[in-house]
Amino acid sequence: MPAKEKKTGLIFFPAFDWAISPNHPEREERLLYTQDQVFEEGLLDFPNILEYKPGLATYADINRCHICVPNPQNLTTNSHLISAGGAITAAQKVLSGEVDNAFALVRPPGHHSMLVAHGARGFCNINIEAVMIEYIRHTFDIRRIAVVDTDCHHGDGTQDIYWNDPDVLCISMHQDGRTLYPGTGFIDDFGGPNALGATINIPLPPRTSDEGFLFVLENAILPMLDEFKPEIIINSAGQDNHYSDPITNMNFSAQGYALLNEKLSPDIAVLEGGYSIEKALPYVNVGIILAMAGLDYSQVREPDYDARQIRQTPEVTRLIENEVKNLMTLWKKKKNLKKQITGSAAYIRREKNIYYDTDDITERQIETVRVCNDCGGVVMIESAADTGKKIYAVILPNSCCPECRENGEAFFNRINGSQYNHVYFQDRQKDVFIVK
Amino acid sequence: MILGIDVGGTHTDAVLVQDLQVISKTKVLTNQTNIMSSLLEAAEKLIKGNNINDIHRIVLSTTISTNAIVQNKTSRVAMVLLSGPGLSPATLNLGKDVYFARGYVNHRGIPVKNVNSREIADISSEIDQNQIHYIGVVGKFSSRNPQQELDAAELLDNDSRNISLGHTLSGQLNFPRRISTTYLNAAIHEIYHGFVQDVQKFIQKLGLNIPVYILKADGGTILIDQSLNCPVQTIHSGPAAGIMGVLATARMKEDAVALDIGGTTTDISVFADGVPLLEPSGVEINGRKTLIRGLYTKSIGVGGDSVIRIENGEIFIGPHRKGPAAALDGPFPTPTDAMIVEGIVSFGDSGKAREAIALIAKKLQLSIEEAARAIIDKMAAIISDQIRQILAQINNKPVYTIHELLEGKIIQPKILYVAGGPAAIAPFIAQNLGYPYSIPEHSEVSNALGVALARTTAEITILADTERKELILCEEGHVESIPRNFSLADAIETGKKILREKAVCMGARPEDIIMEVTESQQFNMIRDFYTTGKNIRVKVQIKPGLISSGKER
Repeated sequence: MPAKEKKTGLIFFPAFDWAISPNHPEREERLLYTQDQVFEEGLLDFPNILEYKPGLATYADINRCHICVPNPQNLTTNSHLISAGGAITAAQKVLSGEVDNAFALVRPPGHHSMLVAHGARGFCNINIEAVMIEYIRHTFDIRRIAVVDTDCHHGDGTQDIYWNDPDVLCISMHQDGRTLYPGTGFIDDFGGPNALGATINIPLPPRTSDEGFLFVLENAILPMLDEFKPEIIINSAGQDNHYSDPITNMNFSAQGYALLNEKLSPDIAVLEGGYSIEKALPYVNVGIILAMAGLDYSQVREPDYDARQIRQTPEVTRLIENEVKNLMTLWKKKKNLKKQITGSAAYIRREKNIYYDTDDITERQIETVRVCNDCGGVVMIESAADTGKKIYAVILPNSCCPECRENGEAFFNRINGSQYNHVYFQDRQKDVFIVK
Repeated sequence: MILGIDVGGTHTDAVLVQDLQVISKTKVLTNQTNIMSSLLEAAEKLIKGNNINDIHRIVLSTTISTNAIVQNKTSRVAMVLLSGPGLSPATLNLGKDVYFARGYVNHRGIPVKNVNSREIADISSEIDQNQIHYIGVVGKFSSRNPQQELDAAELLDNDSRNISLGHTLSGQLNFPRRISTTYLNAAIHEIYHGFVQDVQKFIQKLGLNIPVYILKADGGTILIDQSLNCPVQTIHSGPAAGIMGVLATARMKEDAVALDIGGTTTDISVFADGVPLLEPSGVEINGRKTLIRGLYTKSIGVGGDSVIRIENGEIFIGPHRKGPAAALDGPFPTPTDAMIVEGIVSFGDSGKAREAIALIAKKLQLSIEEAARAIIDKMAAIISDQIRQILAQINNKPVYTIHELLEGKIIQPKILYVAGGPAAIAPFIAQNLGYPYSIPEHSEVSNALGVALARTTAEITILADTERKELILCEEGHVESIPRNFSLADAIETGKKILREKAVCMGARPEDIIMEVTESQQFNMIRDFYTTGKNIRVKVQIKPGLISSGKER
């Protein structure tokens, strides 16, 4: 049982009047039974659980972390502004000291939205955690942030946005990409040349249960966080590792989720996926809220819970132990990898094909980052989608060094705009966003 | 004519009302040990000279339920809880006579574990051994499926027992609140029953055979014999009378704030388009949060007789009262004394008021007049700050749809109503707030008038699940079959029909049944990518308000 009660902010916004489409998993009904369970358990009557109305994110908030093509107006609806706004409200309440931690129980989710966004992928239009993180760095004096993505799917959007940022540690644990969307997130995806070890992927075998998740937490995630020393920890809290989830194959339980949140002790949790809306979400969410608030969650249990049914096999345990061992070996070597990877190159190029399943768009992208020892490095992106849109973007990192700034500004000024629909300049350090 | 009586802590006020107008009013001291004698005294004084046979109905407010709870004059209650997994019951502050039993239903009302009759029989004999006669039975999600509460009650029922069932008291979700609501209902049943018998004797003594109504916490009335099953609905009847009194005297149609400034406290209430706001989840009494529908009111510890202190050159008012104003030989300077010095009220010994304020003036290094004004300004500032905070809180109440978030109603008061002895401070508060004030007439008996003119209120919650082909009337505990194509419109229609029947049964006149759909939602239920049904949720209410015309039945 948790030792100490905490003041927990809850931003609950089920968007009961919004769906991607009537039969889509991301539909009006998604948080209906969660609301029922939270209300019936009387959680909002606890003096240390405070409910807040979400604010609305602005387009400027979105432009701090995304290059939306053609612009955020075209890519978002009010529902996206509210769900990102809910995450921002959570951050405001925590960082102003009004509460100790906060849970943005909002939809739609965001962790599959990448830096350049031509449309929606994996039910996500904009990355609500990234919008929140950039809001935090813009508004408060905070530099080092850790995101622990506990959604069953690889948090590929968040990874992409922070691939070159040494100050944001993105850890994603998820069902092995060989068996699930989006098919990425392997152990050697370790971050860009200036941010090696700031991207961590922990693919887990199908049918991993509570035991496996907690093993990874204790033996990989917590030690990494100890070493990284983030000023705040964000749980990108997907709930689709649950044994009853219809679109995944894991065996996590409400008790497991609660225990994970107690041990991880995130400052902010933001809901991501999770589509077992009746059998999992009501119990998982009650468990997470109680755990965050330091209240007794020991009796929260799914009606059909049976520990024997969901126990992981020794084979799964062995695979996970091996995975963690390999990952920790890599983690210890992270400082020595840079020379090996960059050699004498001044710039490193990465080519990507990105498929937007929700909107059926294919994008081809070339990302170039300046090898830099003083900051995350200026990033240039050329992107063309089969919508016919072709763009170029220059991105200056948050703690941009003068040389990268000079380079980036020169690239932006020199670029021949005629071959692109738009050319973007995103200066995360000075909060400047220009389109030409 | 209607006879309205407000039984307050100090005074019992009564009015005779014809065509919505006060034709006669009176005030007597309340005899707390014998409420009936106060009722009789007030009624007899009032009726003198009027034809008693013209009275068509009597409406009463009562402090009996609130006092029983606050003064701990309640019966011992055994609570039988079908709680299932979830929040640990250890987290809740439950009394000693709590019996946990097997059985629970899930959020959709689907039984997960059934009630075990042998276990309930064991509990029953334990309750017998403890000689407890009042029992509350509460199940988690019982407002989604009442059957297990009904099953347990049937097994527990016998002639020496009175059983309160959780689902009958509210259709809202909140298990801990359902427990405390049911507990209180059972705990005050005995004392309330005695009160009803007294009132019936009182009517007989008056030689009348007319309907008698009681004012509930939500400012609505209910026939007294109908209230016997739900006495807990009559808590906070007094504060409800105050708010209905503002409505009856002011008859506003716009957004407004009302203050009742007393000696110790100031009660703040809020009106949206002329309708008093309800507590969002239910009223709180004696530290217990309940599901009882009640009018929203916030009490702050500032009143005309509050003690004034000066600390580090700053004025502090309240929260304590240590006697009347200095002008009435009280021990300390009070805001009332400041108002006497300022010349906005006049009673008592103004010399003593000046002397008291002089003490404050000295500490503040101000003239007596300046000090009096500073005190009044401070009191006005405290009250207006509170009003602003309350409105901000109400207007920032979480909502769950994009439509409500972007276009929801925002309360913007157009007027401030002020009642009570120190109401003379109204202009100072209104100036801070930036909208005009009004001090309604008849304010000395406005509560009794509010009681007399309140309409019958009721609410019904309906859930239809077309996948299960079932509809539940939550408060009625009634489940019926519906066809697969049952629609939201069908649910609303059913709700209106049942609510009308319910209201008539509670004593509403047909012309006062003005219904409002407060919630109507429908969700497509999709399982494995196919639509399996609709989950429909409807709430219909008769909102608090005044009866529609003077033509009493």
